[in-house]
Amino acid sequence: MNAPSGGRILITGSVALVLTVLPLPPWLDVLRPVFLVLAVLYWSVNAPRTGDIALGFWAGLALDVFQGPVLGQHALALALVTYIAVREHQRIRSKPAFQQALIVFAALAVYEFVLFAIDGWSGHAVSSPLRWVHTVTGALLWPPVAAILAYGSRGRA
Amino acid sequence: MAAFGTAAGRPLQGRGGSLGFRFTLYAAVAIVVMYLDQRQHYLEQLRYVLQAAAYPIQLAVNSPPAAWRWISESFESRERLQAENARLRAAQRDLELRSMRYEALARENGELRGLAAALPPVADRWLAAEIVSIQLSSLRQRLLIDRGAVNGVFRAQAVLDDRGLIGQTTHVGPWSAEVILITDPEHAVPVRVERTGLRTIAVGAGDATSLALPYLPANADIKSGDLLVTSGLGGVFPEGYPVARVTEVHRDAVQPLAQVRAEPLAHLDTDREVMLVWFRADHPRAPAPTGKSLGELKSGTPSLQPLAAPPRPPAAAPAAAPQSQPARVRAPAAAPRKQPAESPPPEPQAPEPQAAEPKAAAPQPAAPEPPQEPPKQEPPTPQPDASQAKEHQ
Repeated sequence: MNAPSGGRILITGSVALVLTVLPLPPWLDVLRPVFLVLAVLYWSVNAPRTGDIALGFWAGLALDVFQGPVLGQHALALALVTYIAVREHQRIRSKPAFQQALIVFAALAVYEFVLFAIDGWSGHAVSSPLRWVHTVTGALLWPPVAAILAYGSRGRA
Repeated sequence: MAAFGTAAGRPLQGRGGSLGFRFTLYAAVAIVVMYLDQRQHYLEQLRYVLQAAAYPIQLAVNSPPAAWRWISESFESRERLQAENARLRAAQRDLELRSMRYEALARENGELRGLAAALPPVADRWLAAEIVSIQLSSLRQRLLIDRGAVNGVFRAQAVLDDRGLIGQTTHVGPWSAEVILITDPEHAVPVRVERTGLRTIAVGAGDATSLALPYLPANADIKSGDLLVTSGLGGVFPEGYPVARVTEVHRDAVQPLAQVRAEPLAHLDTDREVMLVWFRADHPRAPAPTGKSLGELKSGTPSLQPLAAPPRPPAAAPAAAPQSQPARVRAPAAAPRKQPAESPPPEPQAPEPQAAEPKAAAPQPAAPEPPQEPPKQEPPTPQPDASQAKEHQ
């Protein structure tokens, strides 16, 4: 697979950001996965040279601006997730979709745990169990999201 | 951004050090940013810029619903418009009748209080703002409104609708501002039960239709249907604005605290317009004067911030801290509530012990060092944008 250009990553990232901040009714909002994290994960695994920790950091900062109580919170969480994904990208890439979804679930759980810890540290503690729902829906949506991103990069490359 | 360039030929480890090193670098940057933002409030300027940059995206993201609303409104039938017109007319007549005696009552009130002339209303200036986007989840209850610093909006400004309190601004950009609703789980508003004068704290419960009153002792005089108004403590909201109506009082024999729920009067989930309010700083009912409250904040009360909801206090604490209630508590926030008050002072007006307000006085739970920087709050002297300000009063 040839490395996709930074432009494509930027475009898919923007679309994912819009999907992430799009206003939805509350019950759907709980279920909505953080699309931007999924996209960043995909690029970290499939284009580790382009989608890098820097990508995670800036994407996280964008999330911070839209929904973070503390600037830098999502940036740290997403940088950590990207680090893990880039480090293990070969192992993750070779797995079948089902196992990839499990790994994505673990990554999202790590991501949410970092947010949770920082929330607690900064005095914004929200301990509702609903905040963990998106890790499950994100893992469930991983196969289609990965397929769409893969189709986009193959179709244009 | 440097990493967006393609680097197909180079080895993974090649750029800017090893993977682990780069991660450490970015993590360190993120942590420093967090520290500066949270503890020092150094990043207000950066936030301001970022909010400005994010505003077009937020507008774009929210344009489809707005466009749909606009279309459905344009094609509304003549009958519906006429019906609405008639309803509004009736409502206006009603309000005019009610306000007919306002002047006389205000003067009478002033005379009773021994003031030479009746006080002007506490609200100085109103500005309508349209809601751009709404975040209503169990975790965050925020609004984005289309007024910002260019309209004179400042941080921790009170936001109302025509029925009651909505919330306060948290982050102000040039053209937009984020409003934290009173139902956000991180928000707490100091309230007073109108019937009895009992003061307590209403904490957001995370859904748009309920507030929790977690600090009332089981024998507190409160019942379903009681009106809660702002108590004027805490330095953000002035006294006497309606907040919520008690819907549910649950007393458990084994629990020292009553479980009380209230429903906000403002239509938090259906509003499309909110009102930003500027208050006369020298009015006795105004929230804490800025200069004074800043002094108090330096001594350790972060009461001007959106208050973080604390964990439930140890059961005995609030019940065992009764508190005298002078007729007009003017010193807000910090001063009178620090002492645990071992000896309950005699209290002629209300026989039952007042619920203490552990929240506004105590430092935030997750902030171990008390001397927290005060939020940079501009004094509420607006640069009046007279063309847009609606002088209601």
